Amino acid sequence: MKEIDARGLSCPHPVILVTTAIKEGEFPFTLIVDTVTARENVIRAVKMKHCSVEYSPEGDGFRLEINTV
Amino acid sequence: MKQTLTHFFSTRWGIILTGCFIGVFGALLSAWGNPANMGICVACFERDIAGALGLHRAAVVQYIRPEIPGFVLGSMIAALFFGEFKARSGSAPAVRFVLGFFAMIGALAFLGCPWRAVLRLAGGDLNALLGIAGLTAGIAAGVGFLKSGYTLGRAQGNRIPSGLIMPVFMAVLLVLLITGFPKLLRSESGPGSMSAPVIISLTVAVVVGFLAQRTRFCTMGAVRDVILMRDTHLVSGVSAMLVSAFLVNLALGRVAFGFLHQPVAHSSHIWNFLGMALAGLAFTLAGGCPGRQLFLSGEGDADSAVFVFGMIAGAGMAHNFGFAGSPDRLVEGAVKTGGLSPFGIAAVIAGLAVCLVFGFTMREKIR
Repeated sequence: MKEIDARGLSCPHPVILVTTAIKEGEFPFTLIVDTVTARENVIRAVKMKHCSVEYSPEGDGFRLEINTV
Repeated sequence: MKQTLTHFFSTRWGIILTGCFIGVFGALLSAWGNPANMGICVACFERDIAGALGLHRAAVVQYIRPEIPGFVLGSMIAALFFGEFKARSGSAPAVRFVLGFFAMIGALAFLGCPWRAVLRLAGGDLNALLGIAGLTAGIAAGVGFLKSGYTLGRAQGNRIPSGLIMPVFMAVLLVLLITGFPKLLRSESGPGSMSAPVIISLTVAVVVGFLAQRTRFCTMGAVRDVILMRDTHLVSGVSAMLVSAFLVNLALGRVAFGFLHQPVAHSSHIWNFLGMALAGLAFTLAGGCPGRQLFLSGEGDADSAVFVFGMIAGAGMAHNFGFAGSPDRLVEGAVKTGGLSPFGIAAVIAGLAVCLVFGFTMREKIR
């Protein structure tokens, strides 16, 4: 499964990475972020693209799994 | 409880509530003593702090504005309470300093940051429309760079003291203000002499800092997200700020529509536009409006702290070298249009050029 590392990147880069990946259409894929802000922004962007997202803690941050609905 | 609050603040109602709070108290702080249409202005207040510390010699804009420390400390309180304080740094700090410097040059050309642009419009100052149009143009250019791969790179986790630099600096400023440190400079006339009571300004600012940290309120992000992905979440907060400030001003009889005779403003349209275009581009390249940079620095982001220091340095330079805009003035009954000196014009153009260089060269493919 494709994995994108967005740790350390400030907004809007995590969102740009996730929307680009959604456009590429390789589902499911994971995205790792290290702030709650990035997690919230990515979840909002994913929902706007009508995809599903689930997250779990990973180290200092979060692992988000994005899939089609 | 914390999860419920976190969820609420992440909703549209959360950001609207924050925008309303900022709008209402932004207007009220003016009524309570801050300069007209300047109840809250991050750029102006950092400029006043630069003056109070002797970094510039413009005698009319020198005061340790307690709102700025309040924003940072309110954000830090929220970040600590919700477990989000995280010391981090290392994402092109020198570039961020320069971006902060030129963001301030642009904002002072317009005579206000995006927050004040909203509050000026809410008071009927139509020059703010030019500023907001310029801001939007600058942000749109920044979005173009973001889409083309612009990035300042990754920040990394760091030791706690790195994240505490800005909160401690702000706490020291507050101590100097409250204890009446005699070496601080304080305006005896002009905008710097006008202030709401310290305890009121500080209380409002701490609450704003707390709310804005939770909701990620950002005036630049509001426009950027609409352009970048048609996301109206943040812009609903800024709209709420505008409407609520307008309604409070209306209730207090403090709305006067027009381009002329506006407080601490000039009607030199092109420099209102281009000044804010520079600020908007610099904010976008740095990832946040001046308020957001303060809130981020309160939650441990030392890169944002560097941006803020860049803004303060820019304010010092802007007034020492005559880069800042000068307000319209009444001379023998006629309005003399203010605006920028030739040095100010050169500084704005130089700032735009530097931002373009960053935009075209700071690129990286991230996977």
